[in-house]
Amino acid sequence: MDYLQYLRKDKMPHIWCDGCGHGIILKSILRTIDTLGWEKDNIALISGIGCSGRTPGYVDFNTLHTTHGRAIAFATGLKLANPKLHVIVVTGDGDATAIGGNHFIHAARRNLDINVIVFNNRIYGMTGGQCSPTTPTLKKSTTTPYGNPDSAFDISRLAEAAGASYVARTTTFHVAKMDQYIKACFLKKGFSVVEAYSNCPTSYGKMNKETGRRGVDMLLYQKDNMVPIEKAKDMSDEELQGKLVTGVFVDRNIPDYTENYSIVKQNSKK
Amino acid sequence: MKKKKFKVVVKQEWCKSCEICVQICPKKVFVMDHFYSSVRDSNDCIGCLQCEKLCPDFAITVTPIETNDNE
Amino acid sequence: MSEPKKNIKMIQGNTACAEAAIAAGCTFFAGYPITPSTEIAEVLSYRLPMVGGNFIQMEDEIASMGAIIGASLGGAKAMTATSGPGFSLKQENLGFAAMAEIPCVVVNVQRGGPSTGLPTHVAQADVMQARWGTHGDHPIIALCPTSVSDTYRLTLRAFNLSEKYRTPVILLTDELIGHLTEKIELPEPGSIEIINRQKPTVSPEKYLPYESTASLVPPMANFGEGYRYHVTGLVHDETGFPTNDSDKAALMLARLNDKIEKNRDDIVEVEEIHIDYEMETLIIAYGSSARSANRAMITAREEGHKVGLLVLKTIWPFPEKEIQQAMRNAKKIIVPELNLGQIAHEVEWATNRRIPIIKLNRINGESIKPSEIHKVITQG
Repeated sequence: MDYLQYLRKDKMPHIWCDGCGHGIILKSILRTIDTLGWEKDNIALISGIGCSGRTPGYVDFNTLHTTHGRAIAFATGLKLANPKLHVIVVTGDGDATAIGGNHFIHAARRNLDINVIVFNNRIYGMTGGQCSPTTPTLKKSTTTPYGNPDSAFDISRLAEAAGASYVARTTTFHVAKMDQYIKACFLKKGFSVVEAYSNCPTSYGKMNKETGRRGVDMLLYQKDNMVPIEKAKDMSDEELQGKLVTGVFVDRNIPDYTENYSIVKQNSKK
Repeated sequence: MKKKKFKVVVKQEWCKSCEICVQICPKKVFVMDHFYSSVRDSNDCIGCLQCEKLCPDFAITVTPIETNDNE
Repeated sequence: MSEPKKNIKMIQGNTACAEAAIAAGCTFFAGYPITPSTEIAEVLSYRLPMVGGNFIQMEDEIASMGAIIGASLGGAKAMTATSGPGFSLKQENLGFAAMAEIPCVVVNVQRGGPSTGLPTHVAQADVMQARWGTHGDHPIIALCPTSVSDTYRLTLRAFNLSEKYRTPVILLTDELIGHLTEKIELPEPGSIEIINRQKPTVSPEKYLPYESTASLVPPMANFGEGYRYHVTGLVHDETGFPTNDSDKAALMLARLNDKIEKNRDDIVEVEEIHIDYEMETLIIAYGSSARSANRAMITAREEGHKVGLLVLKTIWPFPEKEIQQAMRNAKKIIVPELNLGQIAHEVEWATNRRIPIIKLNRINGESIKPSEIHKVITQG
């Protein structure tokens, strides 16, 4: 697999820290695009702000680096104006579910035909390790030095409940699954989400020792603590403490926004 | 059947020495050479591509070597 | 041979705005319900699907602004409409559109503020927000209609200016004009001047999306047309990629501001009514206040008062040159406006306070009556 054909080589090496999982997710996205044979001209990759937000700068597509949390809003306009584009949003946990939470759930509700890859490192990396909506309860960050009093969002369940067509979650260790899920996500008509737990050794790993301090330790932590969704169904809440539940949360064929709007257009001409 | 061979290359300009490849490779193909990962012996590579897929920095490529059966 | 039948309608300002958008080639509208702009969204939800366009009601004002930027990048002419509180929320992405040079039209049907204010009452309180509402220095174009037909004409102009200069344009109308129903003669579709964004003529390898061209407005490729480039709200160089180089930042930001400032003569539009060297009193007004001013002027002139009216159709960039020219030998200037002097202060600056400037302000949700302006002309 030649990744270089999809990269803006003069922008490399990328900005992400050593051991950061974001590059692993980006590679999976590029492998999937390669597998599907999509033309670069027909791909738009859109991000918000944060570590994940830097992704578009490195890839040779139509790329858009928007304001914080708003990538899905921009993507909505772009997809409707040019439906032939494959619109991929890459976003982080804070970008997608804190400042951009409203856009995320509403795009899922209207089942807009875009692909959203959530780089969930469970912390604000770019600004130096503040807690995010997915930082687990009582874990540390630079703004929760005594532990996080909040509960974490389950992004995949949120997307499922809001009406997405396809939702799957994996980790940066499980790259084969990631490829499989991203491919299904890209091929799905409607709002489709892959949430990937990513490793942030610089901030999360440094402050929360149980995951290990280095990227590779965090990858192995993910390997050891991953529980498939099928198995999780038979486990108690206590047993699931600290576990990373992965798998396909939803995969359904329901009309997407464009399909419904085409009926609106027909009705307008009656 | 002859064992398949692979060419393993580390692009050191892009390597950030995270050591993921060194620790993940089941055949210990990589070692740390001062600041960067380097290939110890690609003859041991079995082509599982774990290193390539898990290298966050696009620094590793693994390509099969065309082998002649009469060789 | 009879004359072709004129298309005369009785419609409100907000409807005229929506119809003009369709006539301008708008195929995308994203909005959020807010009084007193809602009719624009309602009319477009009915009209856009008919012409194959897209109307989408977004989850909030921020998303609406983001969606029109995305649509514009996809090649659509795109618009959103709002009022004060929503305009505040749009500022974030309005700044993005200015920075990334994405053509789009933002309609603000002004209502009383601050905060939720007086939702169903008129104001002209967002003049400064239109100019300085976002963070950072960037230019903006804002147009203020005074009637239903003016709303139609300036909406068309807003689209044309946005496409010509690759910039967001604000149609800064107000509740009174938006809800005013009056006669309008709709132009024949073929008779309307339509300006479309300039496309690159070079090959994709040579395309610089933010090139410093002589016109200061670089050609714009739409996403999906084979020109793969990067768009960001970060300071960027000619290639579109972020830069921290202070020289490149200075160059880029200078061009961004120059493209509007150096073309101000093309952008600025004012209407001079009874402005001559006999004139003793000059009224400077815009939007709905210009209607009261016009009525007051007519009465005062019938009584022999030498009074003229300068109507600011373009409010940003500010028509300081046109104001200086219109002053002639005037002995005083009256600025009636539905705020506490947002434009009067600009007039003071533009005229260097050479003659007295009388501010006539109101922020209680009522319009300024002609009789009040008349009183200032004759006594003030």
